[in-house]
Amino acid sequence: MSNTTYELNKGLAQMLKGGVIMDVTTPEQAKIAEAAGAAAVMALEKIPADIRAAGGVARMSDPKMIREIQQAVSIPVMAKCRIGHVVEAQILEAIEIDYIDESEVLTPADDTYHIDKTKFAVPFVCGARDLGEALRRIAEGASMIRTKGEPGTGDVVQAVRHMRKMNAQIRQVVSLREDELYEEAKQLGVPYDLLAWVHENGKLPVVNFAAGGVATPADAALMMQLGAEGVFVGSGIFKSGDPAKRAASIVQAVTNYEDAKLIAKLSEDLGEAMVGINPEEIKLIMEERGQ
Amino acid sequence: MRIGVLAVQGAFIEHRRMMESLGTECVEIRQKKDLDGIDGLILPGGESTVQGKLLRDLGLFKEVQRLIAEGLPVLATCAGLILLAEHLEADDTTHLGTLPVTVKRNAYGRQLGSFVTRENVGSLEDYPLVFIRAPYIAEASDEVRVLATVDDHIVGVEYQNQIGLAFHPEMTEDCRIHQYFLSKIVK
Repeated sequence: MSNTTYELNKGLAQMLKGGVIMDVTTPEQAKIAEAAGAAAVMALEKIPADIRAAGGVARMSDPKMIREIQQAVSIPVMAKCRIGHVVEAQILEAIEIDYIDESEVLTPADDTYHIDKTKFAVPFVCGARDLGEALRRIAEGASMIRTKGEPGTGDVVQAVRHMRKMNAQIRQVVSLREDELYEEAKQLGVPYDLLAWVHENGKLPVVNFAAGGVATPADAALMMQLGAEGVFVGSGIFKSGDPAKRAASIVQAVTNYEDAKLIAKLSEDLGEAMVGINPEEIKLIMEERGQ
Repeated sequence: MRIGVLAVQGAFIEHRRMMESLGTECVEIRQKKDLDGIDGLILPGGESTVQGKLLRDLGLFKEVQRLIAEGLPVLATCAGLILLAEHLEADDTTHLGTLPVTVKRNAYGRQLGSFVTRENVGSLEDYPLVFIRAPYIAEASDEVRVLATVDDHIVGVEYQNQIGLAFHPEMTEDCRIHQYFLSKIVK
């Protein structure tokens, strides 16, 4: 991947800022999401809540199903490959996906190595729980980061924890003396150059979205107030009572995340939210995959 | 002077930073009341479907359309150009419709078709042009002045108070287009 390609790929993530990226499993859902104001859709066969319920090995979706979604909408289409599964990523690049999510929601294909994303022209987004994970993924070529949260739970607590932790660590790195950065890079297990960039600029070098457990307009606005630059909503929309209305409300809440009066109105009559489970109640902890 | 940057979705902070680096006051437009007292408006890149919907949902649409029709200077990039266009190719949707051009969305294909090149933009020489899932202008009416073309396709135009660009000057270090826009307001 050339420097220019990497800049263009970071640039696409910048265009998605202030937007909501929605999980969809059919072309019909993709159209509902687009009409509701999704900035992009994530095409996958099963949303995380159903992956949890089904158990077994979760893999990349059928390319035909992804292509049908690409044809159904004009906004960017993303799709997930398993952590470390280079060939699934190559397949997604071959069908000209707009963004690959190397995702812990699927069963990891490699328990040691992530994909060398610098070998691809197509952009990657990766999950992270803290600054170390985020900068390691960026060093591997990711051009966008999202919190891991705990997918498919409808419980926002992990996404909050990850966003707060990452931003607290960034503030701490900013406060260091320059000669302390070498030791900090060693402690975090990240390249010195990337850490020095964070020290200088007080932010990640790529766009950072919230993901994992966002179910309501208030959840989405909470993540924005905590510093997210946009929001992924997975199971929260199409597992709820009135997906189109909930989706449109979350989109508006992300734009006006500080306007409580508006968010109050947006939160009215949304029908049933996804049921939700606590991380303590589940056996499969997806956020621990791929560190 | 005070410039409004439409901030419903997309890369509005990049425009804001560039304007502020030129010493210009900026205000983010998220609701109708934010439009009060602005001397110019920037429509940033992002997703035009999202921005068009939010303009309507948040009650901004008519006011923005009226201000542009009454001569408020506007600089529109990528998705912003799609919002201004009178027509979209192979699409019945029209948003603000104040710029007499026909725009082809995603004209260069998916993200793998995104690219960077250099061309003259009006009187500005050798400008870095960043295209991200970009549109181009398929047709422009005779009163529209063409500012830039790439491979025979129009990618930048000026019409009365409106500048419409298919590319992203805010994603570069080159602020000459923003300076040009400001010079139009001062006049």
